[in-house]
Amino acid sequence: MFGPAERLLYRLSGVDPATEQTWKTYAVCALFLNLAGALAVYGIQRLQSLLPLNPEGLGAVSADSAFNTAVSFATNTNWQGYGGESTMSYLTQMLALGVQNFVSAATGIAVLAALVRGIRAGEANSIGNFWTDLTRATLYILVPLSLVLSLALVSQGVVQTFRPYVRAALVQPVTGSNGQVIHQQAIALGPAASQVAIKQLGTNGGGFFNANSSHPLENPTPVSNFLSMVAILLIPAALCVTFGEMVKDRRQGYAILAAMTLLYAASLVPCVMAERAGNPAFASHGLATNANWEGKEARFGIENSALWATATTAASNGSVNSMHDSFTPLGGLVPMVLMQLGEVVFGGVGSGLYGMLVFAIVTVFLAGLMVGRTPEYLGKKIQAYEMKMASLVILTPCALVLLGTAISLVWPATNGGVSQGVAGMANPGPHGFSEVLYAYSSMGNNNGSAFAGYAANVPFHNYLGGVAMWLSRFWLMIPVLAIAGSLGRKKPVPAGAGTLPTHTALFVGLLCAVVVVVAGLAFIPALILGPGIEAIRMTGGAHR
Amino acid sequence: MRELVRAIRMYVALTVLTGVAYPAIVTVVAQLPFPEQSNGSLISKAGKFVGSRLVGQSFDAPKYFWGRPSFTSPFPYNAAASGGSNLAPTNPALIGGKDANGSVVPGVISTRISALRAFETGTVQVPTDLATASASGLDPHISPGAAEYQVERVARARRMSADAVRAIVRAHTEPPQLGVLGEPVVNVLELNLALDGRQGE
Repeated sequence: MFGPAERLLYRLSGVDPATEQTWKTYAVCALFLNLAGALAVYGIQRLQSLLPLNPEGLGAVSADSAFNTAVSFATNTNWQGYGGESTMSYLTQMLALGVQNFVSAATGIAVLAALVRGIRAGEANSIGNFWTDLTRATLYILVPLSLVLSLALVSQGVVQTFRPYVRAALVQPVTGSNGQVIHQQAIALGPAASQVAIKQLGTNGGGFFNANSSHPLENPTPVSNFLSMVAILLIPAALCVTFGEMVKDRRQGYAILAAMTLLYAASLVPCVMAERAGNPAFASHGLATNANWEGKEARFGIENSALWATATTAASNGSVNSMHDSFTPLGGLVPMVLMQLGEVVFGGVGSGLYGMLVFAIVTVFLAGLMVGRTPEYLGKKIQAYEMKMASLVILTPCALVLLGTAISLVWPATNGGVSQGVAGMANPGPHGFSEVLYAYSSMGNNNGSAFAGYAANVPFHNYLGGVAMWLSRFWLMIPVLAIAGSLGRKKPVPAGAGTLPTHTALFVGLLCAVVVVVAGLAFIPALILGPGIEAIRMTGGAHR
Repeated sequence: MRELVRAIRMYVALTVLTGVAYPAIVTVVAQLPFPEQSNGSLISKAGKFVGSRLVGQSFDAPKYFWGRPSFTSPFPYNAAASGGSNLAPTNPALIGGKDANGSVVPGVISTRISALRAFETGTVQVPTDLATASASGLDPHISPGAAEYQVERVARARRMSADAVRAIVRAHTEPPQLGVLGEPVVNVLELNLALDGRQGE
């Protein structure tokens, strides 16, 4: 069934699947496709009021917000500046956002495949064909898994319909903030399940509804919650095994997977503990426990919320089932750090593993420095060119996060008002700073989750964040493909006595250390200013 | 340039596949076995929708069980504009203290506790989930402890025995799914509809 579909796609797009591409052609194709995607997403948002499948008559999305969202979905970030049910028509959700969920995820898998081909190739100029990689990732991985998951989600109560929003008569009328009495509840619906399935599987994370996966019609039960969490980690983890198969040494894949799992477990435990210990102000107010229930759903509870928060930021998914902005200082620090590690702890579909492989290259380089030998990874010599490209991959997101945060904080106000850089802070004190740092950690690493109180849907952040997301995606992808091309041309060298084995516990430990040290050097000062000070304030406040 | 044309053609083809065919197929296939779930798990009474089993509503009358506090705009439990309070654990607006202008504010948790305590004589501590806002602002559930806390008030307002109310609560308490997933919860809307004797047909 999928074989004919594959051939049909090639015919429709004029692709010859037998063509081999150099890394430069491969990169150009990836860029063109994502450019076409970003323009399509932008255009559909701007024109949605004229297009069909808009039962609520939602108007055109503003230019700056549409730009931000277009870049966001083209780069697999899926930062949500908008509220889904109040902004996007059914058509925009399916035709613009849904398509990008597939395309950006498939692009990540394709680039990973190209890098691995470069590693295992023997003096070859070609690293594969982008169009066939893209098509096969979509048809054989993403579409079948999404079909199954979306049906499972509907069985739990995720909506999948084209009917307009339902108006229900409230059991008890409610008074609104401006004093009017409301007798009706408009319940937002839509083709959500099909979107939610690929949003999780493709580590996209952009919610159908504003509250994302905390919304009871997007994630209604603990079973849908569990399936979603599995879907978030599934492909990024499985690709490690694929990698082992491709280089014909499964141990190499398991070693990378072990490093990811180790870093993940080390983050999960403190997050759960911090949220359970909760807020000391609660008991002093007369509440039964300190457990931090603010911003969490009753059906999920503390543990499933903290578990999700770490899974969604370890993988570059970014969907939320609880509000990270209301997490305790240390509970909120964990997801922030997981993004700042560079989205390599599982990370994005494809992009997480190619990021981690770049860290592996840096690790063998450091080990080589220690013993004074030319380092090699899987039989390929790592030389100056590879190290330059690897440095770009590792340092670009760090720079984007810190510069984005810094520019927001110093951006001047206009007309005597409050600067757009900081006006959106929803909470006072160090937590306000954390909101900005979180926003740029998220956009600068293509994650997409947010401290959601932060009102970032203003032209300043829509443009600055859009640029950060674009650079973070493609200024990493291009150097990765350059490494693929360079390694591919090299002659494989047999492992010798001085070769560092890359499947051992020693290597796993070294790799984790490199990942942690790079992020630590870049971010510890900023983390102390935000969550650090807030943590001291919160516990200090309890003794007053 | 040839690649740019290919990129556009490929994007259009993928749009038809993943943006039109895929959601259409899921909709058709899902509507057959799960017509109720795929359309919002709606509850109707005499041909009129009174809500969704999965979406909470706002209650503050003493005769009803109250759900979690909701900060959706412009009214609580607005199911067309979901969202949480996003208040930080140190924010005076949440826990009380001095706000940015230096004036003392009670904080939403204290305000909520006072509203709950206005109907009771005892000094039982308020269950934490009953005084804190959910993530979606539409949480249909409360914990069994939060329901038990309100039994006396509801029984008094309805001139029922506490045990009769408790029995209805128990009938609407759901254990963790499959025995291990999630938390035990009580569905507030369904519970209140049952109390009003007007369960969905």
